[in-house]
Amino acid sequence: MDNGIRVTIRSDMDIVTAREQGRALAEKIGFSQVERTVIATAISEIARNIVEHAQEGEVLLDHCQHGAKRGIQITARDKGPGIPDVARAMQDEYSTGKGLGLGLPGSKRLMDEFEIQSEKGQGTTVTMRKWMPL
Amino acid sequence: MRVPIHKQGYYLIAAIQAALTDADLLQLQDDLSGKVGQYRSKGAIVDVTALDVMDSFAVRTLRSIAHMLRLRGAETVIVGIQPEVAFAMVQLGLTLEDVATALDLEEGLAYLEDKTKGGA
Repeated sequence: MDNGIRVTIRSDMDIVTAREQGRALAEKIGFSQVERTVIATAISEIARNIVEHAQEGEVLLDHCQHGAKRGIQITARDKGPGIPDVARAMQDEYSTGKGLGLGLPGSKRLMDEFEIQSEKGQGTTVTMRKWMPL
Repeated sequence: MRVPIHKQGYYLIAAIQAALTDADLLQLQDDLSGKVGQYRSKGAIVDVTALDVMDSFAVRTLRSIAHMLRLRGAETVIVGIQPEVAFAMVQLGLTLEDVATALDLEEGLAYLEDKTKGGA
């Protein structure tokens, strides 16, 4: 974990910046074009959750390593209202916003690892990783 | 960036040039809906070849465009979804089931010709 990239998320334009930065980092790490697109799509979904539900937050992009495995780690965090029912938010087609309700469960499917921490009134942190095929 | 919309015969062609923000997508929706009336178009092609990400918002907006244009009497076809974009969409769980798609501009035009009987 060294000098990661931080993208402040305040508007829909920042969503585009975050996914472009994520795609560039994924390319640097060595991910294939399909994997880069998958990673950029997941970033787009979780960054939009910030704009829609918390108005402001940040996306952190970094390398990650576990033994011989190398990958990309994406953290999205905000100090928004939090998700009252995380289990429910992880279900397909459950939405409280303007989306299709696929953002969280869909991003989980796109990535290899997905963790979400949320507390009412305290905000939400989503951490997800994708590993390079060995 | 505003998406340029060209008129070609009875059809409109919206050629997306670069990554679009949510606001750009909503602008495209308004522009297409307006231009279908202005030019009395029978169909519209949205060329997404240049889009490197189609997330849930993009898909939702493209669906809305197709439904809205149908209410205005025009057919819509989405062309140029890249293979890796299609892969990511399927994994994410996104479908364009109720919206026509075609491989490229040529196929899209053929679809519209067939669907609208040449716009006559």
